[in-house]
Amino acid sequence: MATTTTLQPPVAAPATVAPANADAPRSGNWDGGNEPFKASYGKLMMWFFLLSDTFTFGAFLTAYGLIRHKHGVYTGAAKDFFFSTAHWPVPEKVFNSMPGLHGMNLPLAFVALMTMILIFSSVTMVLAVEAGHRMDKADVQKWLLWTILFGSMFLSSQALEWSHFIGGSEHGLAMADGTVMQGANLGANEYGPPLFADLFFFITGFHGTHVFSGVALLVWCFIATTNGTFEKRGHYEMIEKIGLYWHFVDLVWVFVFTFFYLV
Amino acid sequence: MDNTHDTGFIGQSYQGKIEKPNTGWIWKTFWVLVAITAIEFAIAFSMTSPGLRTLRNSIFIVMTILKAFFIVGEFMHLKHEAKSLIWTILVPTSLLVWLVVALVTEGSGIGDRLIHMFS
Repeated sequence: MATTTTLQPPVAAPATVAPANADAPRSGNWDGGNEPFKASYGKLMMWFFLLSDTFTFGAFLTAYGLIRHKHGVYTGAAKDFFFSTAHWPVPEKVFNSMPGLHGMNLPLAFVALMTMILIFSSVTMVLAVEAGHRMDKADVQKWLLWTILFGSMFLSSQALEWSHFIGGSEHGLAMADGTVMQGANLGANEYGPPLFADLFFFITGFHGTHVFSGVALLVWCFIATTNGTFEKRGHYEMIEKIGLYWHFVDLVWVFVFTFFYLV
Repeated sequence: MDNTHDTGFIGQSYQGKIEKPNTGWIWKTFWVLVAITAIEFAIAFSMTSPGLRTLRNSIFIVMTILKAFFIVGEFMHLKHEAKSLIWTILVPTSLLVWLVVALVTEGSGIGDRLIHMFS
């Protein structure tokens, strides 16, 4: 990896028998003999991708802010709240159920559980990265499996959340013509203005797709770790890069949680 | 912890000594995140009066940014990267704040116009 025009001393490769050329650590000097931001090529590009993804999610959440403020606000007491297309719904009145506990009013309890699952997955991810730094293959495998487990748990929770949102409550919303509107679709919903459900589907759906991609990448990482791909390469930087993506997905959820469920 | 695992690739596996894990800072960050989330929930159910809406939402936003600071700074390691990289990420992101403020104001304006369309 070291060329004659290095500006910085090459990073000492771990004691492996890996060939020093093709699969050398992607840290240290880039091929031009320089190292922008003291970051490896892969990690820097991951950061730039995440920056662009920040704008995508930023656009979603900004659109949510605009549309929410365009609609009326419910100003009465919290206990008298009713669903209507005239005002934006209060989130804790919409998301107040828990799978398996039918009929109980548990505002935001399930989404709190989902938040905890995702924070936990972030911790196990960073533990996998830490194990990679120590070249501890067994630990990397262990923590990757935990992360995959928590990621899948989150996706399943979101599937339950969606099916409940689409199915709707038992009583539904009484319409002017005497019919009852139950659940939600892209055209109408029982909770409030049509755009409320649309934004729910788009924002949580786009985030869920990100989680799904993350789980797929982690499964690939687990297979590569088990096959010894990273060990032969002499570093576990791929886990670090996928880890950056995974933490970003957790970060997006922190914002979705605040702006969709709390505020 | 037993770190003497057999990889089956004696000739190609890592021969160096595996160090002890250093995970204190990870769990510390984890508990900070849990504590902030717990406080958010406590506030969501204790500050319910409509008059406190603005204050409540401001607290939520501050706490969200605090959580983001810990996730990005510690878990994503940005705090320990080169200064130039930190600014490269932070400056474009901070422009989103302006976008949010501008479009939320715009949304209120549109709403007002729609309500008073015929008056």
